[in-house]
Order: sequence, then structure tokens, then C-alpha cells
Amino acid sequence: MKDLAQRVMKGDPRAIARMITLAENASPEARECMKVLHSRSGNAHVIGITGVMGAGKSTLISELAREYRKRGKRVGIIAIDPTSPFSGGALLGDRIRMMELATDPDIFIRSMGTRGMLGGLTGAVYDVVEILDASGKDIVIVETVGVGQAEVDVIKIADTTLVVLVPGLGDSIQSIKAGIMEIADVYAVNKADRPGFERTMAEIESLVELIADRGEERTPIIPVIAKEGKGIPELADTIDAHRKKMEGTKEFTLHRRRRYEAELVEIIRKRLMKMIFDEDVFRDRVEDLIDMIMRKKKDPYSAADEILSQVLK
Amino acid sequence: MERKIRVLVAKPGLDGHDRGAKVVARALRDAGMEVIYTGLHQTAEMVVQTAIQEDVDVIGLSLLSGAHMTLFTDIAELLKERGMGDVLVVGGGIIPEEDVPRLKESGIKGIFGPGTSMDEIITFIKENVKG
Repeated sequence: MKDLAQRVMKGDPRAIARMITLAENASPEARECMKVLHSRSGNAHVIGITGVMGAGKSTLISELAREYRKRGKRVGIIAIDPTSPFSGGALLGDRIRMMELATDPDIFIRSMGTRGMLGGLTGAVYDVVEILDASGKDIVIVETVGVGQAEVDVIKIADTTLVVLVPGLGDSIQSIKAGIMEIADVYAVNKADRPGFERTMAEIESLVELIADRGEERTPIIPVIAKEGKGIPELADTIDAHRKKMEGTKEFTLHRRRRYEAELVEIIRKRLMKMIFDEDVFRDRVEDLIDMIMRKKKDPYSAADEILSQVLK
Repeated sequence: MERKIRVLVAKPGLDGHDRGAKVVARALRDAGMEVIYTGLHQTAEMVVQTAIQEDVDVIGLSLLSGAHMTLFTDIAELLKERGMGDVLVVGGGIIPEEDVPRLKESGIKGIFGPGTSMDEIITFIKENVKG
């Protein structure tokens, strides 16, 4: 197993792929390897990319990756799509827009299903970022699920969070500002050649102005046409500048702290859930308690107390 | 934790018809698998690289252009070359009966022509995928 970690650190694509699978399946071997890989991670610039569905995130990521390759950087991409809560299956189609990158040995793309996690990420994403980081990728891009407005968890893991918007959202920018609009370190307004571009720019600018009034620096807004590669170098410059500005600051240290806090909480949550719901001892007890709740012999809170007191014994 | 079967559905070569591939991709998803779809016009190299990075258990190739003898066997060869010989490879599309034995010999374990039921494909994958 140590051998697998060694191969990951040498950048061997098959070892990286294997390692990610182990992490996704929460296998015990993965834990052993992650112990080794953790000490070698922390060097990559982690870029989180979120935004509404159809904003062109995948195309933009493809172009951004190409730009970083031109600059001699090695790139890892994690593309997350929703897992069906009914079948447990997932259709992962983000690669369609990235196939031209498939044969570049210095780009590693992995598609992942959310596997029951909310917040636009997947449970194993912390591990996968760390694996790609330890494998020597200079840039790790995390693309969140592109639905709704709750996909804000990405800020926990990203050094720089990019929010992708498109013209024509109209008043919806007003409605989403409470969530997604508060997490941006950089905005990209994609499809800048579309009608309504000026209005969208103006809306985001006024929003950014509002935040700046509170004494913060203005969040940069970069217009791009991802399909034609326009604005991509400027976008990459802006993302890099954000990381440079952050480096060495107290904020950055605090941010990294929060990232590990989120990961720690996630690991504990997963293990506890597994302990309660996968192990036979508790599984039967859980079923009994559900029966009692059904028959109004117990309420859900008392049932939870009972299980937790047993687990924590 | 249950291990999920990961499948790559790919359209190699110059063939613009992907309705069938998409229908199969959806059916496999509904059967609880994680399906990575690549889109059209893939080279053998692209298919194999993607299979490596995504660490898939199964590759489903779809081809209606008639070039299956070249493209399917190229991909099977390349997989063996890269040490990915244990990946289950299946193919679908317009494939004449007489080509089937040679394709199977080259490492395409299952061939599914028009009219195959989704259940048949799903069962085949579940039974033949490596541990």
C-alpha cells in the first residue's frame, strides 16, 4: 500500500486513478495511503468553480486548463455531477467538453458523482484534492454540480473560488446573491458576446460595489467567451493574483484551517454514520426504534438519544 | 460500503449518431452505475487515457459506421499494452454476425446488436465485471 502512495507521488496516472477509487469507496487502504500523501500536499493552487447550470463551466475549465498548460503548469481537474438519490447511479458528462485534454500526460481529469453529499461537492473530494496535489499538480480545479444556489461548500476546499455567470439571468442575480454571490473571489461572465451582457456586468458591478462599501476590496469581474478562448489569459492572471495576494496572510492560514476542520468533520461524520447504519448491532436496534416511532411508542428525538448514548459509550 | 461499477461509454471514430449510446448510458445509470460519457469522435488513445484516469471497470463502445473491426480491436490492443487488460470491454452498434467471433477473440467480451434489451446488457456487465 505504501507503494501505491509512492507511485502517486511520482505522478503515475494509473496509481492516481486507483488511489482516487479507493478514497471514493472509503476503503481502509485509502486511509493508510492518505497518511503518507497528506505530508506531501499543500502546494497546489486549488481553484473552485461554481455557477448556474448551463453557464459553460466545463468549457471554461477546459480553456483554463489549456492556458495553464501553456504556462507550464500541471493540472488536475475534478468534475462533480449529481448522483441519483433513487438508483445511486450517475451520468458524468463534464468530460465531453474536455476531451481534447484527454491525451495530455500533464492533465488528469476525474469525474465524480456526489454520492449523497449535499452542497455541490462529494464526500471524497477532500481526499481527491489532496491526492492530485501530492501527485505534483500545480493547479487543481474543482467543478461543482451546477444546479441551484446552494453550491457554496466549494469555498471550504478552494484557495480561490470562481463564480461563473452568463448574460440573461436578469433579476435572478438579485435572488442568488445571498448564497453563491457571496463566495466569489473572482467572477467570470461567460458568453460575453450574448445580448444582455452589459446589463449583467452592471448588475454584478453594483453588487460588488455594495460589498466594497463594507470596506472590502472589489471582487474582480472578468468577461470571457470560453468557446473562443477569449478573456481566458486575463482570467488566469486574475486567479493567480488572488492566490498571490492571499499567500502569507492571516486570512489564508485561517482559510486552510477551516478547510481541514471541514475535512475532519466530514471524516468523523462518515465513520459515525457507518458505525450506526452499517454495523449489524446497531442496524437492528435502529430498525426496532423506527418501528417504535411508527407506532408512536417513541419519538424520533428520544430514539436518537438512545442510539447516540450507545455509540458514545 | 458498496463498490460502484464505473463505466465509460465512448463513441470512437467518425460517427455522429449517439442516441443509442446515450440511451444505454442512462439505463446503466438507472441500474446504479456511474457512467462517464465522452461524446463523439474519440480516438483509441483518448478512450484508453480516459479509461485509465477514470479507473473504470467497464468500457462500452458504440459504433454505427462499420469501422468496428479496426477501432474496437485497436482499443482492445491499446488497453492490453497499457496494463488495462482486466477492464471489461463491450461493444454495440451495427455489427454483422460474422465479425463477432473475431471481435471476441480480440478482447471485446460482449457484442450487443440492435434489439438487445437493456436488462441483457446490465446483467452481462454485472456478471462479467471483475471482483
